[in-house]
Amino acid sequence: MAFRCGDRVRTRLRNPEGHTRLPAYLRGRPGRVERIVGAFPFSDERATGNAGAPPQALYTICFAGRDVWGDDAQAETISADLFESYLEPEG
Amino acid sequence: MTARAYDHERSATVSNRVKRLVAELERRNIVQEPALDAAVESFLLHATPVNGKRVVARAWTDAAFKERLLEDASAAVEELGIDMSHWAPVKLRAVENGARRHNLIVCTLCSCYPIALLGPSPAWYKSEAYRSRAVVDPRGVLVEFGVTLGPNVEIAVWDSTAETRYVVLPQRPHGTGDLSEEELAALVTRNGLIGTALV
Repeated sequence: MAFRCGDRVRTRLRNPEGHTRLPAYLRGRPGRVERIVGAFPFSDERATGNAGAPPQALYTICFAGRDVWGDDAQAETISADLFESYLEPEG
Repeated sequence: MTARAYDHERSATVSNRVKRLVAELERRNIVQEPALDAAVESFLLHATPVNGKRVVARAWTDAAFKERLLEDASAAVEELGIDMSHWAPVKLRAVENGARRHNLIVCTLCSCYPIALLGPSPAWYKSEAYRSRAVVDPRGVLVEFGVTLGPNVEIAVWDSTAETRYVVLPQRPHGTGDLSEEELAALVTRNGLIGTALV
């Protein structure tokens, strides 16, 4: 597990051809590790037919609404469960 | 421009795709429809909103249980004898409403939903309108559900994008101090557990 609770991260700005569980509206956004969910088979790899995809760390990432939608955001926070491959340190 | 495979698939409805998939599994003798029906029926037998309502009523009346629920909801609901064994290996997470904070659950990517606690999801939960608007216009969506939050109440949206299934722990209504756990459970609604109602 590369990240710990409280770490600042940024979602990767990526646009893969296949299935991904990183929603488009949360790509390239800064957030905070809110909880470590556990390790689960990586969805993007499972979607290619690889049922034995190795487990990967899954985190609940909390985004400030304004970091997603700007200053008139209605949601104070938006949280999503994101695999380690989708994340990099905020830097 | 290269057309991608999934662009074509989008035009097919989900139900048509499921039917096609079942037909293909049957044709290849991987699974037969009666066995599939039996598995679904057995799962749904135990998956009802009664479970979610019981969990909330217990949390309202037992502070130690509430603490365990917020820390590890999967373990806490098993204490109540709720059968999770038919469920996919997901983690349950309870998020608590407060005087200044309201939680709203959505799955923007598909329709992930805590079926074991709430039963099958309502059609609106799976609609593109709810899935897309809940994250960008949660206040407006709530108003359409008859919930008008004060400007000092923050909204926390939870997008169930992977292996967590979220359930909202609503605030206990005022003036319910005399009610039994069973009576409290009866006050809780399915929408309250999703966050589109206050209780």
